[in-house]
Amino acid sequence: MVLARGLEKRFGDFVAVDRVDFEIAAGESFGFLGPNGAGKTSTMRMISCMSPVTAGVLRVLGMDPATDGPAIRARIGLVPQEDTLDLELTVLDNLMVYGRYFDLPRKVIRERAMRLLEFAQLTERANDRVDPLSGGMKRRLTIARSLISEPDLLILDEPTTGLDPQARHLLWDRLYRLKQQGVTLVITTHYMDEAEQLCDRLVVMDRGRFAAEGSPRELIERYSTKEVVELRFGSGEHEAVEERLKDAATRTEVLPDRLLLYTSDGDAALAEVHRRGLAPESALVRRSTLEDVFLHLTGRTLVD
Amino acid sequence: MSLGGQAVSPVAGAHRSGEVGREAGRRRRARPLWLRSYSYWSYQYKRIWRSSITTSFLYPLLYLAAMGVGLGSLIDKHVHHVGGFGYLDYVAPGLLAATAMQIGANEAMYPVMGAIKWYRSYFAMLATPIRVIDVLRGHLAWIATRVALVSAIYLVVIAAFGVIHSPLAVLALPAAVAAGMAFAAPIAAFAATQDKDVGFTTIYRFVLVPLFLFSGTFFPVSELPGWLRPIAYATPLYHGVSLCRGLVLGTASLWPAVGDAAYLVVVAAVGYRLARATFTKRLVL
Repeated sequence: MVLARGLEKRFGDFVAVDRVDFEIAAGESFGFLGPNGAGKTSTMRMISCMSPVTAGVLRVLGMDPATDGPAIRARIGLVPQEDTLDLELTVLDNLMVYGRYFDLPRKVIRERAMRLLEFAQLTERANDRVDPLSGGMKRRLTIARSLISEPDLLILDEPTTGLDPQARHLLWDRLYRLKQQGVTLVITTHYMDEAEQLCDRLVVMDRGRFAAEGSPRELIERYSTKEVVELRFGSGEHEAVEERLKDAATRTEVLPDRLLLYTSDGDAALAEVHRRGLAPESALVRRSTLEDVFLHLTGRTLVD
Repeated sequence: MSLGGQAVSPVAGAHRSGEVGREAGRRRRARPLWLRSYSYWSYQYKRIWRSSITTSFLYPLLYLAAMGVGLGSLIDKHVHHVGGFGYLDYVAPGLLAATAMQIGANEAMYPVMGAIKWYRSYFAMLATPIRVIDVLRGHLAWIATRVALVSAIYLVVIAAFGVIHSPLAVLALPAAVAAGMAFAAPIAAFAATQDKDVGFTTIYRFVLVPLFLFSGTFFPVSELPGWLRPIAYATPLYHGVSLCRGLVLGTASLWPAVGDAAYLVVVAAVGYRLARATFTKRLVL
């Protein structure tokens, strides 16, 4: 579906995407994980033919974005980072107008719109203006709108940023259904739980480059331990405590508000902490996540 | 996660093949891309046409009544007009061109900047097959439609006032559209570079209002002080006013009229080229 070789995007002297290679297969759900400014959106914009490629090769659906932009975009659905809904129009009219951009007959748009509103759980709001809808509803409408052309490739740029947990879970469920129906998804996110939920395969992006690539499970296995112990001590004590626990874990990491112990057995490590006479304010044993992978690869957290 | 229950499928294959079959049977020709972005503005307009009537139509009518009929009756008592035309005859076609300018300018300011900054509707279009050039063409075509609609109604109204003196008045409609676009295109080019609306206020104060008053709408440019006249002649509105007036009153002579029309078209064309550049710069990241 998408093939990139040495793909590069520069704005003046600033290199947003630094010669990356990737391939996305049909039916796959592919994620770009990384903090703000990592180059995810620039990559998305190039794939969706809204932003010209600076250098390298990019093929989308077998075509070249530089020459076949309209033909490619006709088969792509885009959910941009910021909603571009028309707030003054009704929910249904937003779908109608968008369908016209793809030159679909009104009757076809109406049929699809009804089905999509059902899918996005917005049927009751069909004739309401968009403006007063909640953030989650607007996001679902944007996704519904991007599906009006029945795209082969759906590109979602941070689909759930700024939504409350309930709204996010509903969206994930809808995206999961699309995936099951064979729609190829390309997702950017800075939430590791989102990436774990939705992506078959992902790349961790940092400063325009790929820091790692693989399935969520592979990445965790390769770059992290099975479990993590999160310890919270008084502020400023973490560095000192880290010294005393270096040999009690495979790896340790100090964050502004906590100390992380990477280990294959979290409970055993925690017991060792107590045995050494340390009394953390709070302690939590959990499984490793992509956040830990990212932290390990870049030394930074995803949401900064 | 329960995925059974409701079988809501947004991309049902069955539906798809059905539609393709029907479309192929009808052999629809693809709509031009600019027409698709045009359709957005017509959708928008369905919602706001009532409020737009005041600004685009009621104001010129009020001017027509106050200046043409009110002030006109006073002027006509004291001034002998050539060719037997009264002041209403003089001012009405001038107001047609001035109204065209007003609408063309208005529609190219906030709607263009808003579609980039506030509503991001241009970006919504650009995620579909529509290209930047189509975004521009569609929007300008829509502005031309708005100018044409208001001008057509205005012409009917002044006909009721008995102001139409020649069948050539039919050509005043395209003339008014040309006058409107001579402002709309360059202003759209400017609006695409703006982040705030202070620039628009400046255009109003220092361009549109002075032009409205001094481009021969209400009195001949020949009454202006000598040093101001060349400036008046250089403005598109002056040419729009003299063209519309000549056509409505039937006093137009061929070559000056062609000259006026050509001037308006050239200004609009230059504005279009500029807008292509500023739209591309702003919309392609």
